[in-house]
Amino acid sequence: MSSDIVAQNKALIEEVLAVYPEKAAKKRAKHLNVYEEGKPDCGVKSNIKSLPGVMTIRGCAYAGAKGVVWGPIKDMVHVSHGPVGCGQYSWGTRRNYAGGKNGVDSWVGMQITSDFQEKDIVFGGDKKLDKMLDEINTLFPLSRGISIMSECPIGLIGDDIEAVAKKKGKECGKTIVPVRCEGFRGVSQSLGHHIANDMVRDWVLDKGKATHETGPYDVAIIGDYNIGGDAWSSRILLEEMGLRVVAQWSGDGTLAEMEKTPKVKLNLLHCYRSMNYISRHMEEKYGIPWVEYNFFGPSKIAASLREIASHFDDTIKEGAERVIAKYQPMVDAVIAKFKPRLDKKTVMLYVGGLRPRHTIGAYEDLGMEVVGVGYEFAHNDDYQRTAKDIKEGTLIYDDVSGFELEKFAEKIQPDLVGSGIKEKYIFQKMGIPFRQMHSWDYSGPYHGYDGFAIFARDMDMAINSPVWKMTKAPWNK
Amino acid sequence: MSSLRQIAFYGKGGIGKSTTSQNTLAALAEMGQKILIVGCDPKADSTRLILHAKAQDTVLSLAAEAGSVEDLEIEDVLKYGYRDIRCTESGGPEPGVGCAGRGVITAINFLEENGAYDGMDYVSYDVLGDVVCGGFAMPIRENKAQEIYIVMSGEMMAMYAANNISKGILKYANAGGVRLGGLVCNERQTDKELELAEALAKKLNTQLIHFVPRDNVVQHAELRRMTVLEYAPDSKQAEEYRQLARKIHANAGKGTIPTPITMDELEELLLEFGVMEQVDESIIGKAAA
Repeated sequence: MSSDIVAQNKALIEEVLAVYPEKAAKKRAKHLNVYEEGKPDCGVKSNIKSLPGVMTIRGCAYAGAKGVVWGPIKDMVHVSHGPVGCGQYSWGTRRNYAGGKNGVDSWVGMQITSDFQEKDIVFGGDKKLDKMLDEINTLFPLSRGISIMSECPIGLIGDDIEAVAKKKGKECGKTIVPVRCEGFRGVSQSLGHHIANDMVRDWVLDKGKATHETGPYDVAIIGDYNIGGDAWSSRILLEEMGLRVVAQWSGDGTLAEMEKTPKVKLNLLHCYRSMNYISRHMEEKYGIPWVEYNFFGPSKIAASLREIASHFDDTIKEGAERVIAKYQPMVDAVIAKFKPRLDKKTVMLYVGGLRPRHTIGAYEDLGMEVVGVGYEFAHNDDYQRTAKDIKEGTLIYDDVSGFELEKFAEKIQPDLVGSGIKEKYIFQKMGIPFRQMHSWDYSGPYHGYDGFAIFARDMDMAINSPVWKMTKAPWNK
Repeated sequence: MSSLRQIAFYGKGGIGKSTTSQNTLAALAEMGQKILIVGCDPKADSTRLILHAKAQDTVLSLAAEAGSVEDLEIEDVLKYGYRDIRCTESGGPEPGVGCAGRGVITAINFLEENGAYDGMDYVSYDVLGDVVCGGFAMPIRENKAQEIYIVMSGEMMAMYAANNISKGILKYANAGGVRLGGLVCNERQTDKELELAEALAKKLNTQLIHFVPRDNVVQHAELRRMTVLEYAPDSKQAEEYRQLARKIHANAGKGTIPTPITMDELEELLLEFGVMEQVDESIIGKAAA
């Protein structure tokens, strides 16, 4: 049976590739594959420049640095440095919730840009930036620091934002971080994550500002952006098992939390793709081990809690068991309610750099089956990690084009597609239920036990909505 | 507008572009032509001989003061000099900051949109050293200069620059209408300079439109911030510039698409004329023993 699926999906890939010109087909062929059990990875090339002419879904380095890594740090002002568009369209970043009073001690809801004009391009923008940093400190005296997120033109005209950051940092005594995340750098937002991580290293961690009292159970959540409150529903579990969460990176996070992180006992890494760099740095420089965890769905949550606890003493190990036991009745109730409605339903996922593999367990807990997996900006190590979680015959598509994804869905006819806002309406018009797996569709959290209940409800709501009985897909004529 | 001729002077920095262009344009003005000079060099010294001024307020410096280029009036940026030649300078940032190329684009667009070219017979662009980026290619792009005159000499680097500029012209010649009007050799008294300039012109599929002899009267005029045409109108040198002006005036529509040569071909040419000696390949990259 499963070898049938392998052959079927391989034929489907051939069918899709046949539409392309020879050169494009040859290049795209390397990004498409069918997983065969026992293989050490997914067998696709990744992190390569997208082909001209395909509708790629990727973002840019600025999106990765500002929208993902730095933007959620709530007590800093993040300056979109350059012409107004990049700032305007990244206003509000993602759905990274943050507590605090907007404009007083939190700036997540604000968009602050240097609004480059022609004269700034011609004469250079450093003077304007200098003045702007003064104005920010005057307007927002409680801001703890400022990040300067460089848009494309800054790199082209060669402004020296590092010199401005250093000078103003000395003057005002705050942390001012220049981030060279010009959008033309790299092949996707992934390089922006890396650049942003490096800047945290150089301008925050290695300045060694932490003076707090440390404890034996200090941990940091790394790579949780608090989409719809994800980090909050994760944090409570860690605290219930007896850990002290010193920092959240970067959803609902603060500069002080980042500064404290080099003294934790263990770094807990959720989004490997966007923050493995800084975790590795802290391991090398401060000797802090890090562990990857997955808080989607009860199976992975329990395994993760135990894995995390294994780095601590019995107090924590017992704490983990206590937490798992405490939530078991709730988990059982959720599964009892939704599994009968979702059992054997199939899902195709196409998300950023983590969730296609991280959410598989949650779907499986509900009896569902993930039949297609692809990433926008994953690297080889992400696909290696994915291989552990997928089944024989799973279709793999890296940096998928609009045409490929639509064709795959049309032929495979999954019961659900999970991807982003740009994909959503295409698939809904095709008559396929859809959930946004970047933003949780105005819902969430999906992390933790509380998040699982919402996840289950949302998937059921999408798949079993009566509206689908009223539509007719074109191929059902 | 159809009778408007747009020309541009390019060439290696320090070759005498601004001097040659201003003297030639002064001679064209003598012939009754109405002329606008657009200086495209951040140093803003392309019109000093016409205006008797060190440097004029530039489009971009005035725009920066006023807020943006939209806040400027065309009268603010136009100055009138010798024989009513209209002068304007794009200007640009101080060295090491910003983007001078974008400045040239901004300034030229402003001048065009605000009628700086109305009623003129000639617009002449004086562009800095080399075509280092797209901004400095602005005057050779579509619907700008019809003919480019490259000022050069018998020195190797000047010829190298001339060849490079030809490459820039070739790139835009196919898309737009720009042509190479010819080479203007500014005599440096190197060996076989005239022959060499003629040979290079031939290789580039163009003409040596004029060979301007070296004459100290040019320096005397420069010291007084004047063109030779104004300082010493009866001198032999003034007559040379008049000849060049007449040739350029008669050259309308006769420009060619250049055929730039490779570095090897250029070196061969220099070897042929004895400007460069055959290099002993065995000594390349070897330090003193």
